[in-house]
Amino acid sequence: MRLEPIAAPSLWRLAGLPAAALAATVLAGSLLALIAGADPLATLGLVVKGAVGSRFALLETLNRATPLIFTGLAVAVAFRARLWNIGAEAQLYLGAVATVAIGTAGLGLPAAVVLPMMAGGAVIAGALALLVPALLKTRMGVDEVVTTLLFNFIAILFVSYLIEGPMKDPMGMGWPKSERLPDPLRLPRMIEGVRLHWGFGLAVVLAVGVWIVQTRTTLGLAMRAVGENARAAAFAGIPVNRVIAQTALISGGLAALAGFSEVAGLKGALTRDLSPGFGYTGIIVAMLAALHPLGVVVAGIFVAGVFVGADSMSRAADVPSYIADIMLATALLTMVLALMLTRYRIRRD
Amino acid sequence: MEILEILLSASFWAAVVRIASPLIFATMGELICERAGVLNLGIEGIMVVGAFAGWMAVYTGTDLWTGVAVAAVAGMAFGALHGVLTVVFGLSQHVVGLGVTLFATSSTYFAYRLALPEVTSPPRIAPFEPLALPVLSDIPILGPALFAQTPLTYLAFGVVGVVAWVLYRTPLGLALRAAGENPAAVAAQGLSVTGLRMGAVIAGSGLMAVGGAFLTMSAFSSFFFEMVNGRGWICIALVVFGAWRPGKALLGALLFAAFDAFQIRLQQTAIGEGLPYQLFLMLPFALSILALVVMSRRASVPAALMMPWRKGER
Repeated sequence: MRLEPIAAPSLWRLAGLPAAALAATVLAGSLLALIAGADPLATLGLVVKGAVGSRFALLETLNRATPLIFTGLAVAVAFRARLWNIGAEAQLYLGAVATVAIGTAGLGLPAAVVLPMMAGGAVIAGALALLVPALLKTRMGVDEVVTTLLFNFIAILFVSYLIEGPMKDPMGMGWPKSERLPDPLRLPRMIEGVRLHWGFGLAVVLAVGVWIVQTRTTLGLAMRAVGENARAAAFAGIPVNRVIAQTALISGGLAALAGFSEVAGLKGALTRDLSPGFGYTGIIVAMLAALHPLGVVVAGIFVAGVFVGADSMSRAADVPSYIADIMLATALLTMVLALMLTRYRIRRD
Repeated sequence: MEILEILLSASFWAAVVRIASPLIFATMGELICERAGVLNLGIEGIMVVGAFAGWMAVYTGTDLWTGVAVAAVAGMAFGALHGVLTVVFGLSQHVVGLGVTLFATSSTYFAYRLALPEVTSPPRIAPFEPLALPVLSDIPILGPALFAQTPLTYLAFGVVGVVAWVLYRTPLGLALRAAGENPAAVAAQGLSVTGLRMGAVIAGSGLMAVGGAFLTMSAFSSFFFEMVNGRGWICIALVVFGAWRPGKALLGALLFAAFDAFQIRLQQTAIGEGLPYQLFLMLPFALSILALVVMSRRASVPAALMMPWRKGER
């Protein structure tokens, strides 16, 4: 068997194969329901209902999608330049730390000043957190996959230390959590009476912003060139190392905003369970979107829907909610395969 | 003084070898994959699968060695999935590896919840017992450290020897290494790059799963969520630290385990009690990063690592 590049893939290939990947995902979900001894159709029905079946469910899904759009964008930006940022989890947490540190400092400034400071602080923290592995990669040749993965563990332990030590809430009844942000420093809701905060709006705006940077700016072009062929980009006079560093700053900053948005928009305080792996799930989101920033918004909502729907389903039926993680892993693997097969044809020798 | 006492105690060195054992299995597994040209980021998830599968098999009534075999087979199944996607289809080894880790981990948790729906604390099995080798285990310090371990630890050291022998002393090893350095040359010899790499990924994944099984069947006697806790990622760092050589990787694993055992003991001393415990828990990860940085300049990466091989291309 060998793979042969296709010069002009047909529409059938371009649309059909990704659709087949999603069908495989649904099939995997049905099989898992069967294994768990439940009715597959009823189970999937409960997942869909739990994700989008009511106004409450839909808003829950959009709220859950918010951090995933940020981390998905972070991964999409980095992967496009072949900077393998697997450390969105660490950047998210450090962003949350900066958010809480600035927000609870008692600066006595109006919220309109402090909120942007919190977001800015988060971006700087996340950007620097990824700059270190990026520089280790460009200066020393240290593989960033392993360093960013290892940094995740360090960052979470650092957060654990902070909320049990210097940042611990004195009124927390001994629980390891930070002080709560004062009410004026919480992100307002997008529409009065609707439980959806402005973090979601910011995520969508930034998705458009990333898309504009990628398609309309020299930096975006350089990032793509470095990702496609770093050696050719260097020959063309693109400062490859600088572009990688800039990519790292943008990617790390985006991931950190997930932490900012979760704390300021939703939770109000920093805890160790702020993120149930949003950083890692961002990789799925970005890959399902084929690294397209606008696709990240759609994929983020889809992935959030699967999680929210499965949570709600598992409360009603006897199927473990881990079904969501397996379905999404299936979606990830089948989608990468499907996207490759839109460009290559399988030939027998 | 306390530090000297730690370093001179036999229990410390026994702990070093015990902590190193799962890392040795998984590091050898990863090393085989990478020498053949495939970065296997499925390692973390495959260790989770092995930890669960071996333990579950024993819990449902098989003997311990059958449990180890079940773990290995389960790991090989996920290895085969990784291999088909990265070797046969040539997909991104980063993305597939992380996908396999996610798939393996969540499948394990799903299976755990189905098998034991209502338990709050996981049941225990009777794990491997230490097997003191006569005479040898009576040597001071070294004896208890090396010769009073469980059979799985002896197996770990045996695996290093076998891997080194196969890689450097057999035609198969030569072909495997060539697949990771210059696949075109291997193909020109009439050998199948795909077959060699698939074999390496499947065998390597089996070893990773046995490394996971060590945790539930020798180090502890139960399965916990998050019990692998980044060990797989550390093994990837250990392969780099060992410059892709089995002997050096073994030394790396032992050195790493020595630091880990040392920090656990240091926490209980007067120096340790004044410091936050998280600092000690960070140490293994920080050390791994440091090792990567130190070794980066000398590293001899297999030339075709992470390069998919497509017949007829290039």
